Amino acid sequence: MEKVARKRKLKLHRINAEWCKGCGICVAFCPKGVLELDQADKAVAARIEDCVCCRLCELRCPDLAIVIETEEVSAP
Amino acid sequence: MAVKDYIRERFFPHIWCAGCGHGIVMNGLIRAIEKLAIPKNDIVMVSGIGCSSRMSGYLDFHTLHTLHGRALAFATGVKLSLPDLNVIVPMGDGDALAIGGNHFIHAARRNIDVTALVMNNRIYGMTGGQYSPLSGRGILATTAPFSNIDQSFDVVELATAAGATFVARTTAYHVREMATIIQEAVVHKGFSVVEVMSQCPTYFGRKNRQGDAVAMLKHLRDTVHPIGAKAKDENSDFVERGVFVRKDRPEYCAEYDDIIRRAMEGS
Amino acid sequence: MKGTAKFVQGNEACVEGALYAGLKFFAGYPITPSTEIAEHLSERLPRIGGKFIQMEDEIASMCAIIGASLSGCKVMTATSGPGFSLMQEALGYAVMAEIPCVIANVQRGGPSTGIPTHVSQGDVNQARWGTHGDHSIVALTASNHQDVFAITVEAFNISETYRTPVVLLFDEVIGHMRERLVVPEAGDMPIVERLKTSVREGVDYHPYLPREDGRLPMSDFGGVHRYNVTGLFHDMWGFPSDDPAVVHGLIRHLMDKIENRTNQLARYREFYTEHADCLLISYGSSARSARHVVERRRLRGESFGLLELQTLWPFPSEIVRNKCANARHVIVVEMNTGQVCQNVRLAVANPERVFLANRVDGSFITPTDIQRMLHLFQGKGV
Repeated sequence: MEKVARKRKLKLHRINAEWCKGCGICVAFCPKGVLELDQADKAVAARIEDCVCCRLCELRCPDLAIVIETEEVSAP
Repeated sequence: MAVKDYIRERFFPHIWCAGCGHGIVMNGLIRAIEKLAIPKNDIVMVSGIGCSSRMSGYLDFHTLHTLHGRALAFATGVKLSLPDLNVIVPMGDGDALAIGGNHFIHAARRNIDVTALVMNNRIYGMTGGQYSPLSGRGILATTAPFSNIDQSFDVVELATAAGATFVARTTAYHVREMATIIQEAVVHKGFSVVEVMSQCPTYFGRKNRQGDAVAMLKHLRDTVHPIGAKAKDENSDFVERGVFVRKDRPEYCAEYDDIIRRAMEGS
Repeated sequence: MKGTAKFVQGNEACVEGALYAGLKFFAGYPITPSTEIAEHLSERLPRIGGKFIQMEDEIASMCAIIGASLSGCKVMTATSGPGFSLMQEALGYAVMAEIPCVIANVQRGGPSTGIPTHVSQGDVNQARWGTHGDHSIVALTASNHQDVFAITVEAFNISETYRTPVVLLFDEVIGHMRERLVVPEAGDMPIVERLKTSVREGVDYHPYLPREDGRLPMSDFGGVHRYNVTGLFHDMWGFPSDDPAVVHGLIRHLMDKIENRTNQLARYREFYTEHADCLLISYGSSARSARHVVERRRLRGESFGLLELQTLWPFPSEIVRNKCANARHVIVVEMNTGQVCQNVRLAVANPERVFLANRVDGSFITPTDIQRMLHLFQGKGV
């Protein structure tokens, strides 16, 4: 039987700027360097196209400010 | 259910400092509960006093914010009365092991089915940075200006010796491991202790020049290794993480139900 | 009186009263002279499906009963002076968070370790002010085992009605002496059940919003309402607040709910008080000797009377003032250095006519002791 490879695709990467305290944890530990702090010292996904949906930023955020939604797609 | 279904949103953003480990633990705890799909009405969260103990106010469970060090005593009353409920007890290192030390060892000894979450940031944060029994020799704190001469507890050894039947240690860096361990701890039928080594950048970090939250998390990443890792042999400063104890022993409430059965039968 | 007659210690009479009132959870720690309460309950509670636990200390005991009360049980703990001192912080928590519970303090000689097997009534003021902060307390006592039973039932009823801890201030003599007790049949004495909220699931429940009659409906942990309980000043949802209006409102509520009902909460017995020239005021085991003296003096034609207090806090000042109005002398009989005497002096007009007849050496105050002191007060020497 053929195994269909499934990949996760990013559907939503939302950062609640009101809750974000600019601690920099998500920025420092993103494996792909997607995030950075903006001029107001809030986290933003500056290079969203590099996101691999590891969701570590969402898990690491002490302020529950990051919400990520993914969807599964079959890989070609 | 999503994370927002488990929190009392109107109180956010929470009072914890930027980069505080407590927020990360709360994050992991919510994921664990979500994974276990335990109904919110079946959870009672009992906390003491301190930054860690403020967690109960932010979560949408039955919440009991008690007295410094006494959370496990209150929790014992709740659990023994309603053994079907899941009782989770987040405490700080000072709360659980200084003033709460006696209640900690007795709850472990009784093996009552309660999950003790010791959020160890090695400091008394809420009162401004005094040393705790987990601070460790040589550190600086507001009440140890010349350096701390107190030796530290090993929470895992203490819990094990006292009789806890699920004992684990993890860190606020190892978020996936933390969520899994908390899940196992909640499911375990008996007294579970999860020590989460965590960071207080505001007091411990600053006073001891450990840098900001990121630097402190990197330190946890680099010095806390899985049980049995070779790295531990090479450096005595290193600490082990993982599940240390997983035992099956008579649980207190179940034992007392037997007493009731016997008493009602008139024996 | 119909019921089952038993010959028991006062501690056991307290146990019977508690069980009659619906006690289902006890957590305690052994301490003379209260230990028998724990021992009896360790056997009686599981027989009715209730729970007993001996905790690691008195602090844990008081905390555990609060947890159990929030889980829906009627709860009690029992101790003596040193243990009562340890319980003060958690007792304050129960006051602040408005949690029904009963605390029995079988008083012994203090302060500190004191004299464990001997009597005193030295904890009266501690019951009122032992825990920090402005607050109010209900404290009851009794002088004979039938009343120990009844006042214990009352304690639970008051506790559940007003969502407040109630202290039972018994003493070593009452706790340990044996006397006849008739346990009434079920239904003979009124029992107040906990008021549960009628707010439906999904509708906002306020744990600290009083109804018009002043009662606060409760909701058990594990039920359909998830709320917060804390020892911090809090709003009507139970969440911390330092808003001056909220803080003031809560302090006033905690004080007023008890203090404004002083007369309603006053329990006492009176013997020949109406025209008494010399009125004795006493409580607990001391009242037994005081009563004896009153009866003896009356046999000699002297105008003596006794007001036996069963409510010590809130102190029934108005009632005491009225009872003392026509007395030429008021003698307060107690085994401490004048803790109730102080309140009587504050309550009455012409406090210079109030005298203290006391004993504080660990020995029980006898009718002879009182008679000798009366001779002194009457200017007749020894």
